[in-house]
Amino acid sequence: MGAEFRISRNRQIGTLSGLLGLCGVLWILSPYFLTVSNLLNIAEQTSIIAVVAAGMTFVIITAGIDLSVGSLLAFSGVVMASSLAAGRSIPLALTIGLLVGLACGIGNGVLISIGRLPPFIATLGMMSIARGAALLFTQGRPISGFSETFRSIATTDVLRVPFPVIVMIAVYVISHLILTRTKLGRYAYAIGGNETTAYLSGVNVRLYKTAVYGLSGMCSALAAVLLTARLNSAQPIAGINYELDAIAAVVIGGTSLMGGEGTVSGTLIGALIIGVLRNGLNLLAVSSFIQQIVIGSVIVTAVLLDTFFKRRKK
Amino acid sequence: MRHIRKSFPGLVALDDVDFDLRKSEVHVLLGENGAGKSTLVKILGGAYQKDAGEITLDDRKVDIKNPRHAHQAGIAFIHQEFNLIPHLSVGENILLGREPMKIGAIIDQTAIFREAEKALRDLLVDIDVRQPIYELSVAQQQIVEVAKALSLEARILIMDEPTSALTEYEIQSLFATIRKLKQRGVGIIYISHRLDELFEIGDRVTVLRDGKYVGTRDVSSISKPELIRMMVDRPVGEHFPKQTADRGEEILRVEGVGIRGVLKDISFSVYRGEVLGIAGLMGSGRTTLARTLFGLEKPDTGKMYVKGRLCEIRSPRAAIASGIGFLTEDRKTQGLVLGLSVIANMCLPSIDKISKLGIVSQTEERRLSEKFVRDLHIKTPALTQKVIYLSGGNQQKVVLSKWLCRQADIFIFDEPTRGIDVGAKEEIYHLMNRLTANGVAILMISSEMPEVLGMSDRILVMHQGKIGAEFRAREATQEQILRCALGE
Repeated sequence: MGAEFRISRNRQIGTLSGLLGLCGVLWILSPYFLTVSNLLNIAEQTSIIAVVAAGMTFVIITAGIDLSVGSLLAFSGVVMASSLAAGRSIPLALTIGLLVGLACGIGNGVLISIGRLPPFIATLGMMSIARGAALLFTQGRPISGFSETFRSIATTDVLRVPFPVIVMIAVYVISHLILTRTKLGRYAYAIGGNETTAYLSGVNVRLYKTAVYGLSGMCSALAAVLLTARLNSAQPIAGINYELDAIAAVVIGGTSLMGGEGTVSGTLIGALIIGVLRNGLNLLAVSSFIQQIVIGSVIVTAVLLDTFFKRRKK
Repeated sequence: MRHIRKSFPGLVALDDVDFDLRKSEVHVLLGENGAGKSTLVKILGGAYQKDAGEITLDDRKVDIKNPRHAHQAGIAFIHQEFNLIPHLSVGENILLGREPMKIGAIIDQTAIFREAEKALRDLLVDIDVRQPIYELSVAQQQIVEVAKALSLEARILIMDEPTSALTEYEIQSLFATIRKLKQRGVGIIYISHRLDELFEIGDRVTVLRDGKYVGTRDVSSISKPELIRMMVDRPVGEHFPKQTADRGEEILRVEGVGIRGVLKDISFSVYRGEVLGIAGLMGSGRTTLARTLFGLEKPDTGKMYVKGRLCEIRSPRAAIASGIGFLTEDRKTQGLVLGLSVIANMCLPSIDKISKLGIVSQTEERRLSEKFVRDLHIKTPALTQKVIYLSGGNQQKVVLSKWLCRQADIFIFDEPTRGIDVGAKEEIYHLMNRLTANGVAILMISSEMPEVLGMSDRILVMHQGKIGAEFRAREATQEQILRCALGE
């Protein structure tokens, strides 16, 4: 086995044992924690951020960042909701929602790859634009009250597993395959690792960068579907601060903000760590103020450990 | 330095190595890549910690813990990759970290420039201390590094491959600087792959091989073949194993290509099975020409024909599609994605050829990389090894494999053997022979005159963006080419 694989696998084992250790501690502190219904509850609550974080992983592997995910979630959510409210069929409304996310993501990508804006700036702009668009589109009011069929996206269980969790798993399996088996995946690592080399090797850097942001936008839109169905309401102020949770999940999962390395499986574990922490701290009735402090500390610790082990490896 | 030992996980980098440096001498450190030269000087410079052994300075035992320690002990290190900050001025770079202050906290800009000017004047060079670094040539940057070391009052100066990016003329001026330093009592540790330089500038030479100390000799009492034998432990008869292949059809024709201010009316043809050497001083337009052929620069005038067809090469993608492969002069920043595996690097230009509907065939990827690792004798523990951990020669072979894998038939080599040790160099030359034997055309840009003469079939000499002359390699001499490159 090669060093590269070993390192990423060791890193993964590290994160995974962190997750398991955390679960162990919570189990001791609260017997209710390790029940099937609570675990499924955690998975369901995590699914939305996890879907957003999957797209974010691609972006960060190319050494970029996407700050607009939360706003794109809100915007594509309200557009989809209004088409539903206007009586369009569910598949059509979903397609419209996903296309809105894709289009805004591509907008990010074009600003970055052709406009040569730093990803931080481009997506910061988009974050504000999409939020404003969502508010304007709805006049600031939520769109609520959908059909039973639409709501069943969030309420259906398959063998007790909530449908959003199944969607999340599907997103991660597909993302993993894209990242490891396809041109897009190979090029994402190459662009993040060394953009000049990628360009000189004939990689269409602009196209693939744009694609990655498009993908991230689509993931946000997909998360919007799950959230809207769960709340039975699409809110123009949905998804605020989701970018931070998504970035945190990616970083805890071992993807470097410098680009060129990382895995989606790591991100999934990262998202679960955040989800488990929130759930566990709620069970223990820890105030939400303290929760924020704890989660911030976990992010910093994960990356500290990461750099520490990398440096020791050298 | 006595009995120095250093290991990295899975590798003993230095095994009981001795080294000593006198005042006013240039002590050359010689050895193949991976012989341990860099590790040794990095220990001296404080970048690495030794596992065992001792270092004495003026009969005093010292323990160098970090680069700052080394500075305080009067040891300055000029790295292969410069440590200059591009957007700061020459003066600010020279005095970086030691800025003269006034009223306690304000940087005294005038004093900076005054002191920097003094340091540069000592070297008898004329560089504007107010100019930002990025505007300087590589050679000038090197001088700035030397000036910086001098202003630190360094008594020991370590130079790692200082001439690898310099032209003949610039090397001479660097040597003049080195001689001046010697007169001032500075001891210089000089790492280089170029034997000719060693004889020109060195006083003593220490040879390392595979992390072991081989021996120290006076330069005046040793011959080139002897040294090479010490380095590789095998006699190397022929430096340039050039084999002439049959010249085939014309594969690339350039007609009147020009870029305002850089290239002027460049016309030439390349044929299958030949190596066309391109010589010239730095700034003569050699690299710009290569970049133009590869679609990185847009020519204002002229036409290019590939395999008889008029081609508009506007991007690397277009160049690659017409069969051109470009081995850039800077492997690490342009040729490789250092953090990725051997496989990922090798297959990067060919991924679209080995994927269907965007899905990469992993069997094909593995098969191709296994084939090239075997064919090119690339030394790597695994295909999944990150290329950052390979030696320079093996990295260059990975870059070469990228284009072999893509089945390019026009290879542009920009400084094919820069920073590569003697043994690996020869292997690269053999590979070039194999390429031409298979009907590939090679354009080779090189600052190493013997390499151009030894490996080319024909040689174009560039001077100020124009082709000054064309020579048959077998009939040309170094003097002729140098004269032409200087425009005489």
